[in-house]
Amino acid sequence: MRFETLVANFYYLAAVIFFLIGLYIMLTHPNLIKKVIGMNIIDSSIFLFFVAVGYIEGGSSPIVETAEEGINYVNPLPSGLMLTGIVVSVSITAFALALIIRIYHFYGTLNVEEIAVIRSEQK
Amino acid sequence: MKFADDIVNTVTRIILPFIMLFGFYLIFQVHLSPGGGFSGGTVIGSGFVLFSLSFGISVQEKKLSHRTSALLESYGGLLYIFLGLLGVLTGYNFLTNNPVFPLGKPGNLFSSGLVLIVNIGLGIKVASTIITLFDSLGGEDLE
Amino acid sequence: MKQTIAIFLLVLIGIGLLNIISEMPKFGEKGNPAQNEIYERYTEKSQKETGSLNMVSAIITDYRAFDTLGEATVLFATIAAIYATLMSAVAHKKRDNNRNKKHGDDQ
Repeated sequence: MRFETLVANFYYLAAVIFFLIGLYIMLTHPNLIKKVIGMNIIDSSIFLFFVAVGYIEGGSSPIVETAEEGINYVNPLPSGLMLTGIVVSVSITAFALALIIRIYHFYGTLNVEEIAVIRSEQK
Repeated sequence: MKFADDIVNTVTRIILPFIMLFGFYLIFQVHLSPGGGFSGGTVIGSGFVLFSLSFGISVQEKKLSHRTSALLESYGGLLYIFLGLLGVLTGYNFLTNNPVFPLGKPGNLFSSGLVLIVNIGLGIKVASTIITLFDSLGGEDLE
Repeated sequence: MKQTIAIFLLVLIGIGLLNIISEMPKFGEKGNPAQNEIYERYTEKSQKETGSLNMVSAIITDYRAFDTLGEATVLFATIAAIYATLMSAVAHKKRDNNRNKKHGDDQ
């Protein structure tokens, strides 16, 4: 593992750190809503990683200016692909929250360990 | 009728037209500056959510009822498919831009035919999605 | 106990991911494999072929308009699923309330 490349690509390093933070939140907190927040953080880290791949040093934003020739533009393709990803992430979060509302009306609690106890007593 | 604080009511009455104007600006300048259908639709939907948070659900039902927003969502998607079939009916592929829709001079407001009309449909669809989500997830407790 | 297992798993995944990103090409160079001939076609010809100055909008509504149609379908499917999940609970509650009221009126 070469450390000078790791520090030079610090955008990718930040994306990996956000991914690990989101995964830790999903694994340890027993509250259901905090798990949904952790999943949202993982999605945001993936978008950061993809958009950072398309950057060019010294490039301008991809709006065509009809002034002169020979301008470097930043790669517009990963930004366009991640728009679809953002909409899918919002949809999954909304559906997860709707399911949590139904779970709360049925069990009466939002704690995963208490729900497991209630389910093992019901059999 | 008072549902929330006095400060929230007054600030909402002042700011809400500017929020809607900004949302329509983002939708209509899709081919000239950063923006597009998704961000403009989200801003318009958030304007409606702010209105119903500060004045109550029953006032918002008179302005934009539940049935109207469900119809608007379906019509947004149907507009997209209709524009695609327009390309098939004139003899080219599904969803073509160049020979079917008029491309004006670059830089005008009504240039680049398919890009502008499709984004208007997408903006309406996203705005009604956000309004329906707020009504069903959190709306029953708000009076 | 759960915390130690979680941290051990995260250390394993973290070492794997950090090994991957230390082998990637340098950030922001012009000769990256992500900048290939598709990038050149989109940046040189998108203004003449579509007539819009915004390259990202031209990509998602003209060159790849079918993917955006799929995304509009995802939005519609989400609203249908959420409505079906939540409104059946309201209908059950109303039916139970009506049933209780009817039995209360009989007695």
